[in-house]
Amino acid sequence: MTCKEFLALLDDLIDGTVTAETRAELQAHLGKCGHCEVIFNTTRKTIEIYRSHELYDLPPGLHDRLHAAIMARCKKC
Amino acid sequence: MALPQSAQIWDETSATATPVSNAPRLAPRTAVRYTHPLQPCSETARPQRIPQPTLMAIIKSVEGEFEPHPDAALVERVRGGDLMAFNTLVRKYERQIFRISQHITQNREDAEDVMQDAFLKAYEKLDQFQGNSKFYTWLVRIAVNESLMRLRKRRTGRMVSIDEDIETDEGSVPRDLADWAPDPEQNYGQAELAEILRKTIQGLPQGFRIVFVLRDVEGLSTEETAETLGLSIPAVKSRLLRARLQLRERLSRYFRRKKGLVETGVEK
Repeated sequence: MTCKEFLALLDDLIDGTVTAETRAELQAHLGKCGHCEVIFNTTRKTIEIYRSHELYDLPPGLHDRLHAAIMARCKKC
Repeated sequence: MALPQSAQIWDETSATATPVSNAPRLAPRTAVRYTHPLQPCSETARPQRIPQPTLMAIIKSVEGEFEPHPDAALVERVRGGDLMAFNTLVRKYERQIFRISQHITQNREDAEDVMQDAFLKAYEKLDQFQGNSKFYTWLVRIAVNESLMRLRKRRTGRMVSIDEDIETDEGSVPRDLADWAPDPEQNYGQAELAEILRKTIQGLPQGFRIVFVLRDVEGLSTEETAETLGLSIPAVKSRLLRARLQLRERLSRYFRRKKGLVETGVEK
């Protein structure tokens, strides 16, 4: 497997959507290619960091404003 | 009842936001169609509901074929005029909808307006929700469209689409091959890290950013992301790979091992 072929399947490997056979091929490539190993690990880490950090908190009072807007709209039903 | 659910009831709900990324993947979508009209909240104004098989009955009839999403029952209750059920849906998804809107508009005021408009529209148009997708996916689609409309307004009518700025090869071929420090985020304070993450994702082309946010941050499946954005599945996959690689490349500037600074000489 070439690095280009590995890269084309990187997402499937990260998302766990590859067959056992393909996974074995990808892992074999990772075992001998340091560059692809770095790309794989850091890409996975990128996703993990974004998943685990909430970058935008709900502004205080927004829920109440939405509630008021829905109640106002409801009166017109 | 003029207003079936009072303001107190609104605040009494115990529904808590569950991060989508932590939520279990849902059962495969099956074509269960909701046929009930949206029930107005005023009982006096509400037309007589024609008896018909309830959603749960429909589900029961095909029991074993799929598992109903918990939102389906809430949606049914809203259709029956239960505003508290709608509040439960709001509580459950308001954070996600705000985050998505903020990621797209990159403007807090716009994101607040979009969130409000998206929920109001969902409430008003619930009769158009046919249940072929999850309520959340349908809500996200409304929020994405509202966000793009908001961007268009801000840009004085210029067309805005999710295809914007995606013709770039940046990051599609990894260049920065330096490994990262172990637990690189530990090198930054929470506020500083959040700023780095915000700045980095804001720099992505919009068409990549939206796909990454829906797919990786908010946990939609590839199929749901494609449906929400009106893209093909191969297009979503292609954009997701490029988004991930570009983000990785950009974060490497902050997270690479110190040794890498010397070796690559890219970042001073």
